[in-house]
Amino acid sequence: MALIEIRDIHKNFGGHTVFNGMSLAVEEHQVVCLIGPSGCGKSTLLRCINGLEPIDGGEIRIHGERMTGPGVDVNALRRDVGIVFQSFNLFPHMTVLDNVTLAPIQVLKVPRAEAEARAMELLKRIGLEQKATSYPDRLSGGQQQRVAIVRALAMDPMIMLLDEITSALDPELVAEVLSMVRDLAREGMTMLLATHEMGFAREVASKVCFLYGGKVHEEGPPEQIFGAPREERTRSFLRQIVDAGRL
Amino acid sequence: MTARDKLTASDTTGRRWRFGAPPKNPTKLALTAIAVGVILAALSWLTLDNLYLALQALEQGGAAAKIILVILGIGALYPLRPAFRSLARARSSRQALAQNDLVNARIDTAASRDAAWISISLSVALAIVLMVVEFLIANDLAVSRTFFLLPLMGETLGLILQAFLTNIYIFLIAEVLVLVVGLIVAIARFTPGEAGKPIRALAVIYTDVFRGLPAIINIYLIGFGISLTGLPVLKDCSQETFAIIALTLTNSAYVAEIYRAGIESIHWSQIAGARSLGLTYMQTMRFVIVPQAVRRIIPPLLNSFISLQKDTALVNIIGAMDAFNQAKIIASNHFNLSAVTTVAIIFVVITIPQARLVDRLVERRRLAGGM
Repeated sequence: MALIEIRDIHKNFGGHTVFNGMSLAVEEHQVVCLIGPSGCGKSTLLRCINGLEPIDGGEIRIHGERMTGPGVDVNALRRDVGIVFQSFNLFPHMTVLDNVTLAPIQVLKVPRAEAEARAMELLKRIGLEQKATSYPDRLSGGQQQRVAIVRALAMDPMIMLLDEITSALDPELVAEVLSMVRDLAREGMTMLLATHEMGFAREVASKVCFLYGGKVHEEGPPEQIFGAPREERTRSFLRQIVDAGRL
Repeated sequence: MTARDKLTASDTTGRRWRFGAPPKNPTKLALTAIAVGVILAALSWLTLDNLYLALQALEQGGAAAKIILVILGIGALYPLRPAFRSLARARSSRQALAQNDLVNARIDTAASRDAAWISISLSVALAIVLMVVEFLIANDLAVSRTFFLLPLMGETLGLILQAFLTNIYIFLIAEVLVLVVGLIVAIARFTPGEAGKPIRALAVIYTDVFRGLPAIINIYLIGFGISLTGLPVLKDCSQETFAIIALTLTNSAYVAEIYRAGIESIHWSQIAGARSLGLTYMQTMRFVIVPQAVRRIIPPLLNSFISLQKDTALVNIIGAMDAFNQAKIIASNHFNLSAVTTVAIIFVVITIPQARLVDRLVERRRLAGGM
């Protein structure tokens, strides 16, 4: 049984079909990369898995339990499924430390001292412990995004969803964020990431899914998708990426 | 020669640069500034002379007054300083132009025009001040005597200040209540889902009614009405308490709208960020949305406080003994409005530091890097 099972989901956004019977499975410890043209539903899929967007049909199961539709405790779901956004979404009125400890203290009811010790440990691992008392807007984009990842990790999630987390960063700041994701992959974190970083996808992915037409148009190991894509749509998408000098 | 050079070189294409024209002569503007300055200086001296006569009538025409008036008379010449500087720079501009020194001609012209406008704007400001002074001393000091009878103001200041404590009492308590009630109403307007509908509806009705209802009518109805109802506890409340209740009801409706605007101004990605961490709706509001909203609405909140403070003057219609009511009694006893002017000045004086304080708070938070 796959850890995340997406079965035949449908979704419309005011006349625009985002998902048209999409199915996808993510096994435990897998790193699955979602690629595809903008507007193909990569981000929406992640937001649906996290319960931030409803779906119109089909179902999403996590660890065998249905996580869509009525009666689902989305707050409980989100305790185990972390998401990191393209625009970081850090809380600007809180220090880095407060950003990281808010959810453990309020949601998991961890004592403050314990939550702060754990947060400092996580921040130390990424070399940002001296920024703990700074506000987010005093940090570079790369630092902010790493704090956002730490904020999600502080909840000890079983799954991490990463939504184009390097798209808003200046090129020289991308590497520090990617290396953090690489470490997570090495530690065996189950991850589903929407990305435009094809080189990175090729390196860390256990599986690459090309989304097109509201479905997974083609999926396979990275060597196959990037080396010998079977579908014409995948080929033309990758050709455009190569032409833009991004692969 | 590259293609780009060809495009821009005027001698090869026959096109001419349009920005090479010599600067316009600023001499006329400089002379205008001088003329205006001289006229205003003359008018100032006339006004000061009138003022001296008025002071003599009040038996205040001593040496000190004379010295001050002479200093003011010299001060009235001040707008002429930039005017003459303007004329000098206009002259050097003309000289530079005569030597074909376009760059310095432009610099001098710009400086000349700047100085002329500085002079003219000083003169305009002086003219307005003169009009106010003339108004105050007109008709044998009638205006001053009616509104600013200093001996009476000094005599009654103590009484007025004591009565103003009532205003302070009313607005301090009302402000705290307004902050709480306004926030509750604002949050009620955001109650989510089908279950929240009746709560939302009530909140909308409340804000509509109390924003539409004039504060003075509200105070009147509550101040006189509640004691007539004979309701236990409520009927025995003091006039001040009724005033606090009425002002809280009225101003909470406005403040609720301010909170609402603040909450709506927070980008939805903040909600997504908080909810994705497992925070509930109420936790998201409490820890993420409302704190950011409050920081943004401090200036409009302060404005609403200032207007609440001013509204405490309305309580005199239900007979509460506030500063305005006290001043009105003094005014009818002495047939002179100066005590009311004292109250007016007090209201103005207490609001100015509040505005400055909030400016500082906002600035400090900005510098600290928070928001």
